[in-house]
Amino acid sequence: MTTEAEFYQRDRDRHPPAYTPGYKTSVARSPRYSLISLENSVGDITGPVFGHDDIDPSDNDLIYNYADAGQSAIGERIILHGRVLDENARPVPNTLVEIWQANAGGRYRHKKDTYIAPIDPHFGGCGRTMTDAAGYYYFRTVKPGAYPWRNHVNNWRPAHIHLSIFGTGFAQRLITQCYFEGDPLIPLCPIIQTIPDQGAVAQLTAALDLNASIPLDTIAYKFDIVLRGRRSTLFENRLEGN
Amino acid sequence: MAQSLDYLKETPSQTAGPYVHIGLAPGAAGFDIYKSELGWDIAGPNAAGERIRVEGLVIDGTGSPVKDVMLEVWQANAAGHYAHPEGGGEVEEGFRGWGRVITDFETGQWGFDTVKPGPTPGRNRTIQAPHLNLWIVARGINVGLNTRMYFADEAAVNATDPVLNIIEWENRRATLIAERTLRDGVPVYRFDIRLQGDDETVFFDI
Repeated sequence: MTTEAEFYQRDRDRHPPAYTPGYKTSVARSPRYSLISLENSVGDITGPVFGHDDIDPSDNDLIYNYADAGQSAIGERIILHGRVLDENARPVPNTLVEIWQANAGGRYRHKKDTYIAPIDPHFGGCGRTMTDAAGYYYFRTVKPGAYPWRNHVNNWRPAHIHLSIFGTGFAQRLITQCYFEGDPLIPLCPIIQTIPDQGAVAQLTAALDLNASIPLDTIAYKFDIVLRGRRSTLFENRLEGN
Repeated sequence: MAQSLDYLKETPSQTAGPYVHIGLAPGAAGFDIYKSELGWDIAGPNAAGERIRVEGLVIDGTGSPVKDVMLEVWQANAAGHYAHPEGGGEVEEGFRGWGRVITDFETGQWGFDTVKPGPTPGRNRTIQAPHLNLWIVARGINVGLNTRMYFADEAAVNATDPVLNIIEWENRRATLIAERTLRDGVPVYRFDIRLQGDDETVFFDI
């Protein structure tokens, strides 16, 4: 093994800490001991590889991917698009991006969701795609609705889409949520408030992107995703010879 | 003053929430949408090595099982190769070495079938004992938790494993080692993950 350059150390100040009592569920689910820091080894710099055979091209179209023939999902038609980059600003091509979300009324298609808002019979609420050679991805969907959740009794989640991203190494694995520019619920949300850095909150807020909108058809939001960067092997740090 | 570095910042993590299954295992959420869901077959039909089952619970700070967790497994094959261009060598046709595991919504029990991995190279010419890399997400977990599962029947290599030996507290190393039993002739490893408490599992910043 000649190249085993690490991913840059994760900037934990950019992420929420484990224990965030304003988000009550974290209290009993947060480890109390410090994480043990490891230099990367082979199982960290590698990760699963997916191909176009794993998914269908239409999996990225949530307006139609669960609709009966001739039907479509109800709600504000949106495009969510952007690039997956690393911290070196290099595109991450051919990586799997998966999303899930509530419908336009704020209801999830999930056996454990009992919110009063109705299920949309033509909306599943999940999609997946692979980034292209330039790291670009796009989905068509409906804008999800806000919904209440039991934390304090009057907490409301802002409209959001969940995203899961792989990158090239298991150390880059990331799940996050994308919010929408201008939503007044963003600063009030206890889950968003787990993030101490306001710049980091802005990074989770998709921008209205009229240039990418389809006139008289679909409005667009742009959401770029940044995964951990990897050190260049300018000088080996003598992995085999120390 | 100096020039500013032009690195980008990593996108912050947010919890996977209670409905992670919709996106990553929709069948478990209660509907069928994709031609195939990813991550159900970790080793594939052609993988060499011992076929094993791994089972356990994720347990919260109150001692209760976490019933809405999702785990991902990432492992080498029996030859110690990961299915990746930098994974150390060839793998069998159909071996991906990656899987998704969800809990039973009523009991919190999870389990999966795979092959036992081989040892893999560590840094500085060390050998890493066979292990599974695990990543755990759930409602209430703000950043996915990384840990490793080692095998109790590999005591000799576990004793020299470079990662287990980084853990200063020898009693905590045991939280990463799964016990082996036989059920109908199949090896079953039991691996409970404790998010808090006296036996809190060791989690890594990788």
